[in-house]
Amino acid sequence: MTIPYPAAQPGLWSATAMIAAIVLASTAGEVLTAAAMKSVGDLDDIRAHSGLKGAIRAVLTCPLFFAGVSFLALAFFSLLFALNHLNLSLVAPASASLTLVTNAIAAKLFLKENVDRRRWTAAVLVCVGVYLLAH
Amino acid sequence: MMSHARLSPRQYMILGLVAVSAPLGDTCLSRGMTNLPAITLSHPGTLIAAVFTPWIAVGIALLIGFFASYLTALSWADLTYVLPATAFGNVIVALLSRFWLQEPISLERWSGIALITLGVGFVAQGPSLTVRPEPAVQVEAVVEQEQAR
Repeated sequence: MTIPYPAAQPGLWSATAMIAAIVLASTAGEVLTAAAMKSVGDLDDIRAHSGLKGAIRAVLTCPLFFAGVSFLALAFFSLLFALNHLNLSLVAPASASLTLVTNAIAAKLFLKENVDRRRWTAAVLVCVGVYLLAH
Repeated sequence: MMSHARLSPRQYMILGLVAVSAPLGDTCLSRGMTNLPAITLSHPGTLIAAVFTPWIAVGIALLIGFFASYLTALSWADLTYVLPATAFGNVIVALLSRFWLQEPISLERWSGIALITLGVGFVAQGPSLTVRPEPAVQVEAVVEQEQAR
Protein backbone atom coordinates (compact mmCIF):
# COMPACT_ATOMS: atom_id res chain seq x y z
CA MET A 1 0.00 0.00 0.00
CA THR A 2 1.43 3.39 -0.90
CA ILE A 3 0.44 6.51 0.93
CA PRO A 4 0.74 9.68 -1.13
CA TYR A 5 2.35 12.62 0.66
CA PRO A 6 2.46 16.24 -0.43
CA ALA A 7 6.02 17.65 -0.53
CA ALA A 8 5.70 19.49 2.80
CA GLN A 9 4.49 16.40 4.66
CA PRO A 10 6.84 14.52 7.00
CA GLY A 11 8.50 11.31 5.81
CA LEU A 12 7.13 7.83 6.22
CA TRP A 13 9.09 7.17 9.43
CA SER A 14 7.93 10.31 11.25
CA ALA A 15 4.35 9.71 10.09
CA THR A 16 4.57 6.12 11.38
CA ALA A 17 6.00 7.34 14.70
CA MET A 18 3.20 9.90 15.15
CA ILE A 19 0.47 7.35 14.41
CA ALA A 20 2.21 4.77 16.62
CA ALA A 21 2.25 7.28 19.50
CA ILE A 22 -1.54 7.80 19.19
CA VAL A 23 -2.20 4.05 18.93
CA LEU A 24 0.03 3.14 21.91
CA ALA A 25 -1.30 5.90 24.17
CA SER A 26 -4.90 5.17 23.33
CA THR A 27 -4.45 1.40 23.78
CA ALA A 28 -2.84 1.97 27.19
CA GLY A 29 -5.68 4.34 28.08
CA GLU A 30 -8.45 1.95 27.00
CA VAL A 31 -6.90 -1.06 28.74
CA LEU A 32 -6.25 0.84 32.00
CA THR A 33 -9.80 2.28 31.95
CA ALA A 34 -11.26 -1.19 31.32
CA ALA A 35 -9.14 -2.64 34.17
CA ALA A 36 -10.31 0.21 36.42
CA MET A 37 -13.97 -0.44 35.67
CA LYS A 38 -13.56 -4.18 36.26
CA SER A 39 -11.96 -3.44 39.65
CA VAL A 40 -14.78 -1.03 40.55
CA GLY A 41 -17.43 -3.66 39.74
CA ASP A 42 -20.84 -3.54 38.05
CA LEU A 43 -21.79 0.17 37.99
CA ASP A 44 -25.49 -0.66 37.58
CA ASP A 45 -25.38 -2.65 40.84
CA ILE A 46 -23.45 0.11 42.63
CA ARG A 47 -25.97 2.69 41.42
CA ALA A 48 -28.86 0.53 42.57
CA HIS A 49 -27.33 0.29 46.06
CA SER A 50 -25.77 3.69 46.64
CA GLY A 51 -27.23 5.95 43.95
CA LEU A 52 -25.56 7.95 41.19
CA LYS A 53 -23.31 9.78 43.68
CA GLY A 54 -22.07 6.44 45.01
CA ALA A 55 -21.31 5.23 41.47
CA ILE A 56 -19.44 8.45 40.63
CA ARG A 57 -17.51 8.21 43.92
CA ALA A 58 -16.59 4.56 43.19
CA VAL A 59 -15.14 5.56 39.79
CA LEU A 60 -13.36 8.70 41.00
CA THR A 61 -11.68 6.94 43.94
CA CYS A 62 -10.06 4.35 41.65
CA PRO A 63 -6.41 5.27 40.89
CA LEU A 64 -6.36 3.04 37.76
CA PHE A 65 -9.16 5.20 36.30
CA PHE A 66 -6.98 8.32 36.49
CA ALA A 67 -4.05 6.43 34.93
CA GLY A 68 -6.39 5.42 32.08
CA VAL A 69 -7.77 8.92 31.59
CA SER A 70 -4.22 10.37 31.60
CA PHE A 71 -3.22 8.05 28.76
CA LEU A 72 -6.45 8.87 26.88
CA ALA A 73 -5.59 12.58 27.27
CA LEU A 74 -2.05 11.83 26.02
CA ALA A 75 -3.58 10.04 23.01
CA PHE A 76 -5.78 13.09 22.33
CA PHE A 77 -2.81 15.47 22.38
CA SER A 78 -0.75 13.11 20.20
CA LEU A 79 -3.68 13.16 17.77
CA LEU A 80 -3.70 16.97 17.78
CA PHE A 81 0.08 16.98 17.23
CA ALA A 82 -0.20 14.50 14.35
CA LEU A 83 -3.05 16.51 12.77
CA ASN A 84 -0.75 19.51 12.76
CA HIS A 85 1.66 17.62 10.47
CA LEU A 86 -0.43 15.01 8.63
CA ASN A 87 -3.76 14.89 6.78
CA LEU A 88 -6.90 14.05 8.74
CA SER A 89 -7.82 11.49 6.05
CA LEU A 90 -4.67 9.53 6.93
CA VAL A 91 -4.45 10.00 10.72
CA ALA A 92 -8.10 9.38 11.71
CA PRO A 93 -8.71 6.06 9.90
CA ALA A 94 -5.19 4.72 10.49
CA SER A 95 -5.21 5.38 14.24
CA ALA A 96 -8.85 4.33 14.77
CA SER A 97 -8.47 1.04 12.92
CA LEU A 98 -5.03 0.06 14.27
CA THR A 99 -6.20 0.78 17.83
CA LEU A 100 -8.89 -1.92 17.47
CA VAL A 101 -6.28 -4.59 16.76
CA THR A 102 -3.76 -3.43 19.40
CA ASN A 103 -6.63 -3.30 21.93
CA ALA A 104 -7.54 -6.91 21.17
CA ILE A 105 -3.89 -7.94 21.70
CA ALA A 106 -3.56 -5.87 24.89
CA ALA A 107 -6.92 -7.12 26.24
CA LYS A 108 -5.72 -10.70 25.81
CA LEU A 109 -2.27 -10.06 27.31
CA PHE A 110 -3.09 -7.72 30.19
CA LEU A 111 -6.81 -8.11 30.93
CA LYS A 112 -6.70 -11.88 30.27
CA GLU A 113 -9.88 -11.56 28.19
CA ASN A 114 -10.95 -14.61 26.26
CA VAL A 115 -10.17 -13.25 22.77
CA ASP A 116 -11.28 -16.29 20.78
CA ARG A 117 -11.30 -16.75 17.00
CA ARG A 118 -14.68 -15.01 16.82
CA ARG A 119 -13.30 -11.85 18.45
CA TRP A 120 -10.06 -11.86 16.42
CA THR A 121 -12.08 -12.10 13.22
CA ALA A 122 -14.34 -9.30 14.40
CA ALA A 123 -11.35 -7.10 15.36
CA VAL A 124 -9.82 -7.51 11.89
CA LEU A 125 -13.16 -7.01 10.06
CA VAL A 126 -14.01 -3.88 12.09
CA CYS A 127 -10.43 -2.60 11.65
CA VAL A 128 -10.61 -2.82 7.85
CA GLY A 129 -14.21 -1.54 7.92
CA VAL A 130 -13.36 1.55 9.98
CA TYR A 131 -10.43 2.28 7.65
CA LEU A 132 -12.64 2.07 4.55
CA LEU A 133 -15.44 4.09 6.15
CA ALA A 134 -13.26 6.88 7.52
CA HIS A 135 -10.82 7.11 4.61
CA MET B 1 -19.19 -11.81 40.99
CA MET B 2 -22.08 -11.04 38.68
CA SER B 3 -22.00 -13.09 35.51
CA HIS B 4 -23.83 -11.69 32.52
CA ALA B 5 -23.84 -14.53 30.01
CA ARG B 6 -26.76 -12.75 28.35
CA LEU B 7 -27.17 -9.02 28.47
CA SER B 8 -30.37 -7.48 29.76
CA PRO B 9 -32.38 -5.10 27.51
CA ARG B 10 -31.12 -2.23 29.70
CA GLN B 11 -27.50 -3.28 29.02
CA TYR B 12 -28.17 -3.43 25.27
CA MET B 13 -29.61 0.08 25.59
CA ILE B 14 -26.38 1.28 27.24
CA LEU B 15 -24.33 -0.32 24.41
CA GLY B 16 -26.63 1.49 21.95
CA LEU B 17 -25.93 4.77 23.75
CA VAL B 18 -22.17 4.05 23.54
CA ALA B 19 -22.51 3.52 19.78
CA VAL B 20 -24.71 6.53 19.01
CA SER B 21 -23.63 9.27 21.42
CA ALA B 22 -19.93 9.54 20.44
CA PRO B 23 -20.34 10.05 16.68
CA LEU B 24 -23.43 12.27 17.17
CA GLY B 25 -21.52 14.35 19.74
CA ASP B 26 -18.57 14.73 17.33
CA THR B 27 -20.97 15.73 14.54
CA CYS B 28 -22.59 18.39 16.77
CA LEU B 29 -19.15 19.76 17.75
CA SER B 30 -18.06 19.84 14.11
CA ARG B 31 -21.27 21.59 13.04
CA GLY B 32 -21.01 24.08 15.90
CA MET B 33 -17.36 24.90 15.25
CA THR B 34 -17.78 25.39 11.49
CA ASN B 35 -20.66 27.82 12.15
CA LEU B 36 -18.35 30.01 14.26
CA PRO B 37 -15.95 32.58 12.85
CA ALA B 38 -12.26 31.47 12.92
CA ILE B 39 -10.87 31.37 16.46
CA THR B 40 -7.32 32.65 16.95
CA LEU B 41 -4.91 32.23 19.86
CA SER B 42 -4.92 36.00 20.36
CA HIS B 43 -8.58 35.80 21.49
CA PRO B 44 -8.79 32.60 23.58
CA GLY B 45 -11.95 33.93 25.29
CA THR B 46 -13.95 33.16 22.13
CA LEU B 47 -13.22 29.46 22.71
CA ILE B 48 -14.88 29.64 26.14
CA ALA B 49 -17.85 31.48 24.62
CA ALA B 50 -18.08 28.72 21.97
CA VAL B 51 -18.89 26.19 24.74
CA PHE B 52 -22.20 27.98 25.38
CA THR B 53 -23.44 27.97 21.77
CA PRO B 54 -26.29 25.44 21.28
CA TRP B 55 -24.60 22.92 18.92
CA ILE B 56 -21.39 22.75 20.97
CA ALA B 57 -23.27 22.52 24.27
CA VAL B 58 -25.33 19.61 22.88
CA GLY B 59 -22.14 17.99 21.52
CA ILE B 60 -20.40 18.21 24.90
CA ALA B 61 -23.49 16.82 26.68
CA LEU B 62 -23.57 13.87 24.23
CA LEU B 63 -19.84 13.19 24.75
CA ILE B 64 -20.28 13.25 28.55
CA GLY B 65 -23.18 10.81 28.06
CA PHE B 66 -20.90 8.66 25.87
CA PHE B 67 -18.16 8.48 28.52
CA ALA B 68 -20.63 7.62 31.29
CA SER B 69 -22.28 4.83 29.27
CA TYR B 70 -18.86 3.58 28.03
CA LEU B 71 -17.59 3.28 31.62
CA THR B 72 -20.82 1.54 32.67
CA ALA B 73 -20.50 -0.94 29.78
CA LEU B 74 -16.87 -1.67 30.68
CA SER B 75 -17.93 -2.45 34.24
CA TRP B 76 -19.92 -5.52 33.06
CA ALA B 77 -18.54 -6.41 29.62
CA ASP B 78 -15.12 -7.13 28.11
CA LEU B 79 -13.19 -4.36 26.34
CA THR B 80 -13.08 -6.51 23.18
CA TYR B 81 -16.92 -6.75 23.38
CA VAL B 82 -17.53 -3.01 23.89
CA LEU B 83 -15.09 -1.66 21.28
CA PRO B 84 -16.90 -3.01 18.19
CA ALA B 85 -20.04 -1.27 19.56
CA THR B 86 -18.21 2.07 19.52
CA ALA B 87 -17.10 1.39 15.93
CA PHE B 88 -20.71 0.57 14.97
CA GLY B 89 -21.60 4.19 15.75
CA ASN B 90 -19.74 5.21 12.58
CA VAL B 91 -22.05 2.96 10.58
CA ILE B 92 -25.13 4.59 12.15
CA VAL B 93 -23.82 8.07 11.30
CA ALA B 94 -22.97 7.03 7.73
CA LEU B 95 -26.47 5.60 7.25
CA LEU B 96 -28.07 8.72 8.81
CA SER B 97 -26.08 10.96 6.46
CA ARG B 98 -27.15 8.79 3.52
CA PHE B 99 -30.88 8.54 4.22
CA TRP B 100 -31.51 11.70 6.23
CA LEU B 101 -29.06 14.21 4.73
CA GLN B 102 -29.11 12.48 1.30
CA GLU B 103 -25.29 12.47 1.14
CA PRO B 104 -23.91 9.96 -1.38
CA ILE B 105 -21.88 7.01 -0.04
CA SER B 106 -19.08 5.58 -2.19
CA LEU B 107 -18.72 1.84 -2.84
CA GLU B 108 -15.61 1.87 -0.61
CA ARG B 109 -17.68 3.22 2.30
CA TRP B 110 -20.50 0.73 1.71
CA SER B 111 -17.96 -2.09 1.99
CA GLY B 112 -16.64 -0.51 5.22
CA ILE B 113 -20.21 -0.46 6.59
CA ALA B 114 -20.69 -4.12 5.62
CA LEU B 115 -17.40 -5.21 7.26
CA ILE B 116 -18.09 -3.36 10.55
CA THR B 117 -21.64 -4.74 10.71
CA LEU B 118 -20.33 -8.26 10.06
CA GLY B 119 -17.65 -7.84 12.77
CA VAL B 120 -20.15 -6.53 15.32
CA GLY B 121 -22.48 -9.45 14.48
CA PHE B 122 -19.61 -11.90 15.16
CA VAL B 123 -18.83 -10.41 18.60
CA ALA B 124 -22.46 -9.92 19.64
CA GLN B 125 -23.15 -13.64 19.19
CA GLY B 126 -20.45 -14.57 21.70
CA PRO B 127 -20.31 -14.09 25.49
CA SER B 128 -20.04 -10.48 26.72
CA LEU B 129 -17.74 -11.21 29.66
CA THR B 130 -14.80 -13.56 30.22
CA VAL B 131 -15.90 -15.75 33.12
CA ARG B 132 -13.08 -16.33 35.59
CA PRO B 133 -13.09 -18.86 38.40
CA GLU B 134 -13.36 -17.17 41.82
CA PRO B 135 -9.94 -16.99 43.50
CA ALA B 136 -9.88 -19.49 46.41
CA VAL B 137 -8.83 -16.82 48.94
CA GLN B 138 -11.83 -14.64 48.05
CA VAL B 139 -14.22 -17.57 48.32
CA GLU B 140 -12.82 -18.42 51.77
CA ALA B 141 -13.25 -14.79 52.87
CA VAL B 142 -16.87 -14.76 51.69
CA VAL B 143 -17.57 -18.08 53.48
CA GLU B 144 -16.01 -16.69 56.69
CA GLN B 145 -18.15 -13.55 56.41
CA GLU B 146 -21.26 -15.62 55.94
CA GLN B 147 -20.38 -17.78 58.95
CA ALA B 148 -19.75 -14.71 61.11
CA ARG B 149 -23.31 -13.46 60.46
